[in-house]
Amino acid sequence: MFLTADEVKKIAHLARLKINDQDIHGYAKDLSDMLNLMTQMGALNTEGINPMAHPMDQEQRLRPDEVTECDNREKFQAIAPQVEAGLYLVPKVID
Amino acid sequence: MHNKTIADLAKGLRSGEFSSLELTLAFINRIKQYSQLNCYITVTEELAVQAARAADDRLAAGNANLLTGIPIAQKDIFCTEGVKTSCGSRILDNFIAPYSATTVEKFTKSGAVMLGKLNMDEFAMGSSNETSYYGAVKNPWDMTAVPGGSSGGSAAAVAARLTAGATGTDTGGSIRQPAALCGVTGLKPTYGRVSRYGMIAYASSLDQGGPMARSAEDAAIMLQTMAGFDEKDSTSVDLPVPDYKQGLDNRIEGLKIGLPKEFFSEGLNSAVASTIETAVDEYRKLGAQITEISMPNLKLAIPAYYVIAPAECSANLSRFDGVRYGYRCQNPADLTDLYTRSRGEAFGREVKRRILIGTYALSAGYYDAYYIKAQKVRRLISEDFKNALTKVDVIMGPVTPTTAFGIGEKIGNPIEMYLSDFYTIAINLAGVPAMSIPAGFVNGKPVGLQIIGNYFAEDRLLNIAHQYQQVTDWHLQIPKGFE
Repeated sequence: MFLTADEVKKIAHLARLKINDQDIHGYAKDLSDMLNLMTQMGALNTEGINPMAHPMDQEQRLRPDEVTECDNREKFQAIAPQVEAGLYLVPKVID
Repeated sequence: MHNKTIADLAKGLRSGEFSSLELTLAFINRIKQYSQLNCYITVTEELAVQAARAADDRLAAGNANLLTGIPIAQKDIFCTEGVKTSCGSRILDNFIAPYSATTVEKFTKSGAVMLGKLNMDEFAMGSSNETSYYGAVKNPWDMTAVPGGSSGGSAAAVAARLTAGATGTDTGGSIRQPAALCGVTGLKPTYGRVSRYGMIAYASSLDQGGPMARSAEDAAIMLQTMAGFDEKDSTSVDLPVPDYKQGLDNRIEGLKIGLPKEFFSEGLNSAVASTIETAVDEYRKLGAQITEISMPNLKLAIPAYYVIAPAECSANLSRFDGVRYGYRCQNPADLTDLYTRSRGEAFGREVKRRILIGTYALSAGYYDAYYIKAQKVRRLISEDFKNALTKVDVIMGPVTPTTAFGIGEKIGNPIEMYLSDFYTIAINLAGVPAMSIPAGFVNGKPVGLQIIGNYFAEDRLLNIAHQYQQVTDWHLQIPKGFE
């Protein structure tokens, strides 16, 4: 096993993902199996190889600094779980 | 008329044999009749009828193109304004897209009739369509078998004649693998060829949309509409789009085909292997030269993919937070509780696994060991393709190690499921285009032949596939009970 239940809980917190206690061990096993698969990469010498982030190795295109988006605020807020006075509502953050 | 290809339907619409409205209603009826396949998440009957009427007007006015009036369906990963776009997930079960993907807009402009939105693995993460919140899709060739994934609804719907053509997306094989398992023609274009705008992101450096249809000619017609530069997608490539239909009839004498020996080793079912060899023989008869090649780094494609794709997915899926759209948990205690419970309750197990492993691979202390290492391996795999494609015109091989497996057979063993994508995943890492075309059957279930080409050589792949389909009829077979 690569990962303990505590490590899974820590990763789940970083990912803001609630994992039920009874499922933690199952995830620990699955994630450990995945890490085990990844260790196969160690067999390949990659010294001096340039990491490849993108198939085309392209650079970000630049465009003129002009307004292209129209105001979709109402359209977007119409599908939000909770809005009030044009604002997205969440539980109180500051006491 | 539901058995006709898009090319033939376009002729029928012009000769007055049937109208787009008649054609559309015929497909809508079939969708209802075969709802047990579970191909569609949403059927947009009213919109389809409206679009069909408009298409009939366009056809009468003489300003139609080959897709005008043709019923097609969209994988439910493409945002469709005013229509539920779920991505196969509970977290988007209530999501009515406020805008349309470029691909959807292009089909709408061409006058194609959208029948509905197709079932898929949740966020395109899966190889069997079993991770969908809406349940598994059944394979029309064997109702106890999976259709493949993630574009399982698309492949099954095309095979069962519940649409004339469908869109799919392919991050590690999600067009080609279900196309192979359902006996349809699927094309994953070169990365950057088709706009990703409005296509819900899984792994942004690998995702690519493409057509799934009954023939290479139909795939060419669909790709013609889908391909092209889009300023709304910063990774879209600004290169001219060739006329994909024009080159279909070119002869392929002298074509150099490479068969990677790594594709024909242990793990490949022997009956599938001999089906592929027979298909390659057919190309030999058409004048192709076959050589064995070696791509030594292919074996590391799966480990590299399962670092890169989850890493990108963990970042992409952070937008689903229960605040702006989608599912929100009941009575959140505080903001963290809102985030973690909304995501925890609404993401399925496979999606959670990938978010977690991606988060881990990107976290401090592990970034170099996993993520950078995987990107270096990706470079070497990509070099394997570049080197091979200087010696041969195309690479051929299987798409899947076996025919369609049973529903429930692999879902409990994620690693085994991942390993079954060996033949497709490396292509996405390199970014080259590849197709799956029907090449025969083993015990009544379809086998797909994979054809892999150089960057932006979609026209060549379609030509090579079309030539095979002129001398074989595997692509014309209809699953029993769906005639």
